[in-house]
Amino acid sequence: MNDNLLSIIIFIPAVAAVILALFLRGEDAAAQRNAKWLALLATSVTFLVSLFVLLGFDPANTGFQFVEQRPWILGLQYKMGVDGISVLFVMLTTFLMPITIAACWGVETRVKDYMIAFLMLETLMLGVFCALDLVLFYLFFEAGLIPMFLIIGIWGGKDRVYAAFKFFLYTFLGSVLMLVAMIAMYYDAGTTDIAKLLVHDFASETIGIAGFQIVGGLQTLLFLAFFASFAVKMPMWPVHTWLPDAHVQAPTAGSVVLAAILLKMGGYGFLRFSLPMFPVGADLLTPLVLWMSAIAIVYTSLVALAQQDMKKLIAYSSVAHMGYVTMGIFAANQQGVDGAIFQMISHGFISGALFLCVGVIYDRMHTRDIDAYGGLVVRMPTYALVFMFFTMANVGLPGTSGFVGEFLTLMGIFQVNTWVAVVATSGVILSAAYALWLYRRVVFGDLIKGALKSIGDLSGRERAIFAPLIAMTLLLGIYPSLVTDIIGPSVGALVADYHAALPVRDAAQVAME
Amino acid sequence: MTQTDFAAILPEIVLSAFAMIALLFAVYTGKDKTAPMLVWVTAALFAALAGVIGFGGTGAQAAFGGMFIDDAFARFAKVTILLSAAAVLVISQDYLLRRDLLRFEYPILITLAVVGMMIMVSAGDLMTLYMGLELQSLALYVIAAFRRDSPRSTEAGLKYFVLGALSSGLLLYGASLTYGFAGTTLFSGILSTIAAGEMPLGLLFGLVFMIAGLAFKVSAAPFHMWTPDVYEGSPTPVTAFFATAPKVAAMALLARLVQDAFGTIPGDWGQVLAALAVFSMFLGAIAAIGQRDIKRLMAYSSIAHMGYALVGLAAGTAGGIKAMLIYMAIYVTMNIGTFAFILSMEKDGRPITTIDSLNMYSRRDPLKALAMLVLLFSLAGVPPMVGFFAKFYVLQAAVDAGMVWLALAGAVASVIGAFYYLRIVFYMYFGKEGDAIDTAMVPAQWLMLMGVAAIMLLGIINLFGIEPLAAFAADSLVGP
Repeated sequence: MNDNLLSIIIFIPAVAAVILALFLRGEDAAAQRNAKWLALLATSVTFLVSLFVLLGFDPANTGFQFVEQRPWILGLQYKMGVDGISVLFVMLTTFLMPITIAACWGVETRVKDYMIAFLMLETLMLGVFCALDLVLFYLFFEAGLIPMFLIIGIWGGKDRVYAAFKFFLYTFLGSVLMLVAMIAMYYDAGTTDIAKLLVHDFASETIGIAGFQIVGGLQTLLFLAFFASFAVKMPMWPVHTWLPDAHVQAPTAGSVVLAAILLKMGGYGFLRFSLPMFPVGADLLTPLVLWMSAIAIVYTSLVALAQQDMKKLIAYSSVAHMGYVTMGIFAANQQGVDGAIFQMISHGFISGALFLCVGVIYDRMHTRDIDAYGGLVVRMPTYALVFMFFTMANVGLPGTSGFVGEFLTLMGIFQVNTWVAVVATSGVILSAAYALWLYRRVVFGDLIKGALKSIGDLSGRERAIFAPLIAMTLLLGIYPSLVTDIIGPSVGALVADYHAALPVRDAAQVAME
Repeated sequence: MTQTDFAAILPEIVLSAFAMIALLFAVYTGKDKTAPMLVWVTAALFAALAGVIGFGGTGAQAAFGGMFIDDAFARFAKVTILLSAAAVLVISQDYLLRRDLLRFEYPILITLAVVGMMIMVSAGDLMTLYMGLELQSLALYVIAAFRRDSPRSTEAGLKYFVLGALSSGLLLYGASLTYGFAGTTLFSGILSTIAAGEMPLGLLFGLVFMIAGLAFKVSAAPFHMWTPDVYEGSPTPVTAFFATAPKVAAMALLARLVQDAFGTIPGDWGQVLAALAVFSMFLGAIAAIGQRDIKRLMAYSSIAHMGYALVGLAAGTAGGIKAMLIYMAIYVTMNIGTFAFILSMEKDGRPITTIDSLNMYSRRDPLKALAMLVLLFSLAGVPPMVGFFAKFYVLQAAVDAGMVWLALAGAVASVIGAFYYLRIVFYMYFGKEGDAIDTAMVPAQWLMLMGVAAIMLLGIINLFGIEPLAAFAADSLVGP
């Protein structure tokens, strides 16, 4: 079973989606209920099966595990596998999907289609994290756009069409450049097997194109093409503008998946491709990426301060938090990369939960306008507590998982570039400012708005949704070794290979540190 | 002329004889009453011939002193042409019947056009090339104006004829220049003339004129002007036919001409084709954005698609030819599915082709909307649909041939192109509630739409084994 365990996990949701599409008829209440329960069942089973991967995973082995390999068209292969870097993303996805499904229990329009879209999305997201063939990776990476496009476009808010198109075209443009780079990689290395590409040396001699001297040669070009795709997905400043629109218009569950999982594909891509495959290109452009991250952290935090729409605020906060991730990744040392992965996992729980928090009151009041709220603590004490917890986690309070990620990345970056670290650290203060101010405006104050007088507290279902998220945020905050033990060896190997591939100058620098 | 010569063109002879007999038969029996039967018989004959050609032929042989070539490349193209023509006949029968358009000449003209196309893809001589091309074109001019009582259809036919004649003139001019400077009309002769010594400037002119003439036939920009008008004006089944088989034939002919006659100087025509490809991809993608009529939109879409196929040709390698063949096979498949749907669009019994008539179509008929969604994403080249692999192959061929800029241009154009396909999805899934349109389908259309949608999804497994066949065909043209 170990041979195709990953395939089983990946395709359980797809099979459930096909069953829904073919055998479930009608739009009545019973059919809707069945669709929801089947989707919940499928995602839960996926999660349970994925636990076998976690249990069977050997952290000390830095190679790929649970590898499944079959020939496919064009000399490509169907190759799946996980290593220390990807395994936790698989777990994050399978863990969050049942919660997401439970979070869209209240949807009433076209429930069956909604469930199918989410199930397909899960299959595609898992595929991205497991694929060990370039083209297979691209396939899953791109195909994920379709269900998300539909989720935003059909079940989204008022300007959903604009947001759906913006989302699709932005990410599509990025990824098509990546496709060209992939073809060039295939041409250069003669294989699309990721495991083989990881050890292939791409040319890094300076080349001249149309009068320009390109230092780092092919590696720089490939790096830029991949960067275009992952930076949009991440999203990094200044190509983050699609995210707030997409988040604001997406339905709650869509926002959760988008923030918690889809954004992680960018970070995963950097770790899987950009850093290990094009070390020279990455090294050349590291200062650029670091400063972009620093600007992202400060700028989007300031933008978040000015938002009137709760979802937009959290969306901008996501961009800021992703800034820590890129910063940690391109610090390219153990703490930095550990911290980046940790931050991504933790952000998956926290931002997902924050969007759910917004969803809870949006379901009741049908507005996301911050000014429409105030004094919720009077009517919704449990909600206030949950919201408080995740606000604190978002700010990075020690004891929550948010702290560990931010701290590790800042520690990593401090060794590499002190100035960036200084600028980025100011983001910690800003994030406290916007998050707490949001909390104050929504939860505290006097309950003077008439419409809020009869608002009800969390239902049993909502509590059940938040409970596992709270547990995970606390658990990882108190005992971060849970994550770092799994990712540590793989990250160590990645960082060592990265520095070994750089010219001697850098190796000496690293030794000094 | 020996027996083997005739054995090589047996399929063409069978089809020509069938066309004559069918003509006589229909005239002396019930005229248009026999038309439905004739359509089915023709389609069955096409399919049977495709089977015979596909499974029967082996090796490569040149008949009639090299004027007619029967090799794996020609067979691949012929099978594609025959199958797509058969599919178009099957899906269009009901449409024509219900609008009282089903004349018995329709299947016969299509048969003659198909004979022309089969001669085109087997051409080994400028004479054969022109003969096949004109046979095809004359039949197509007539069916473009098939709806005699409709001004738009006659306008389409006339436009197509005038511009088509112009392009034939260009082609002939190029051919005569080539003959003058090479001293022969045989492709192999031209090739050895060029290989023997200095390339005369006249030959280059001849080449460019012939490429221009053929670019008109594949509707590559900037020779595309006729396409939107003809697509829009012709009856929809005719449009469906225009968008499929003739494109394959003209593209294959172009490949044969540049490879067999000018194969030693790929640099010269590679640039011309690359420029055509870039023009087509961008023009197709950008001009389609403003279209409101789905047939016009499909015209621009096919211009863009031809651009991608030309990218494969421009690469000038066996890999490029293979990519082009796969691209064309996938392209015609997608188009047949899409047109099966367009043919069924009607409102109050009248055909309707505006895009916004599809408002919220997904609510009315979720299954067909889903099939169209798959097709549209496939046309846009979004994985995991098969359309992605089509683009992947040509871009790969371009990069392999060192034309990275061309691949980049193709990538950018595909993003722009994605927009208008998405817009149809947008109308079907997110649009406003509008007047209901009716898309009742006869089983043949329904099967074709669903079948093609399924192919687009299932093809991801191994592309139905088309790749080794295309590779074999490409090798027979270029040499491995």
